[in-house]
Amino acid sequence: MPSAEALDVVIPTSPMEAATAFGDGTDVTVVGGGTIVMPDITYGRVRPGKVLMLARSGLDRVAHEQGTVTIGAAVPVTALEQLDEPLASAARHVGDPEIRPQATVGGNLCARPSDEAPRGDLQAPLIVLGARVRSTGKGGERTEPVEEFLAGGSDGRLVLDVSYDAAQRTAGYAAVRRPHAHHYTILAVAATETGGELRVAASGLAPHAVRLTAVEQSRDPLDALGGAEPRHDALASSWYRRTVLPKLVERALAQLA
Amino acid sequence: MQLTVNGVEREVESPLLTPLLAVLREELGITSPKAGCQQGGCGACTILVDGEPRRSCLLPLAGVNGAEITTVEGIGTAENLAPVQQAFVHHYGMQCGFCTPGFLLAAHAYIQKGGTDDRRAIADALSGHFCRCTGYVKILDAIAAAARGDSFDLTTTAPGEFTTMRTGGAE
Repeated sequence: MPSAEALDVVIPTSPMEAATAFGDGTDVTVVGGGTIVMPDITYGRVRPGKVLMLARSGLDRVAHEQGTVTIGAAVPVTALEQLDEPLASAARHVGDPEIRPQATVGGNLCARPSDEAPRGDLQAPLIVLGARVRSTGKGGERTEPVEEFLAGGSDGRLVLDVSYDAAQRTAGYAAVRRPHAHHYTILAVAATETGGELRVAASGLAPHAVRLTAVEQSRDPLDALGGAEPRHDALASSWYRRTVLPKLVERALAQLA
Repeated sequence: MQLTVNGVEREVESPLLTPLLAVLREELGITSPKAGCQQGGCGACTILVDGEPRRSCLLPLAGVNGAEITTVEGIGTAENLAPVQQAFVHHYGMQCGFCTPGFLLAAHAYIQKGGTDDRRAIADALSGHFCRCTGYVKILDAIAAAARGDSFDLTTTAPGEFTTMRTGGAE
């Protein structure tokens, strides 16, 4: 069995300590729940220099304050099952009952797609909730919409929390999955409608979740793809994703009624 | 780092990022947690951390410092099997045995938390565990029986070799 070498491992006990230890993120490998990074270390795909473990960082709290729900980066996926739709439904689809208490929302936002599978099952639900990511790193702390954070990539960023407004909204979630085969999401569509404003996003279509802005305007599931070519990987062919995407959009939109 | 493993306090010296699975198997010589996929997908390395089933391949040692770890050796012995172990024997819930420790610990935790004999609920709770031999039916039978509190006379239902081992001697 491959073993991890002795390294510089930092286990901060407060969010501020975590931010200081992370610095500008150079050569820092962040271990939240470990469900993605531990296999990478075991199999030698990641050889960390400095390791920042978030287990005791205090970033594992969910706060409901002044109409805002704030989820700490180290909050486990199980805790999201109690929060707003479509995040709760997506959370219930992640991994299995023994992975969900360990996997974290921060890891889900920072997950790099692997060759076999896209990752980040929670990204589309967070996008349609209009969620904002607060992160620190080079250039200091910043807060930005989930789409912008994903577009910029998580390199050099330490996610502190993600938050969204606790508004009145309807939500929909539709996913392709095979029962009891706990791989990453093949394809999933999340939608919300807040006071007439429609937001639709997909996980599994591209390396990270994307907004389906054409559908938001036309409400026509056939507009979902635009000109883009979906991912082609071990979980599903590009053809398959292209074929089922409109059906998932249709199902997610139907739940908004 | 310090762990309590099956009720015994152990000081361990593996590097901080070593997966708990490797600490248990290689430093402490406890080989019941199995190194299957080593990426969290198969369930064979499942152990209990403070009573909760977790994948030992995904837990860095530094993340479980001070925790109470239970492996299958901690829930029963050959002479005094846990109810769920008796049920697996009675219902032939294992063949090659590679996945069995993980199944036993997850099932043990499921029952400890008040899980019922509802097969759907059992299948959901155990859905992170793969068995390539049994086809799962006998595993579900065994866990449902244990959840109901069925009792078994293993001297009549267990395979002979097992009975010999359990009673501690040759015929």
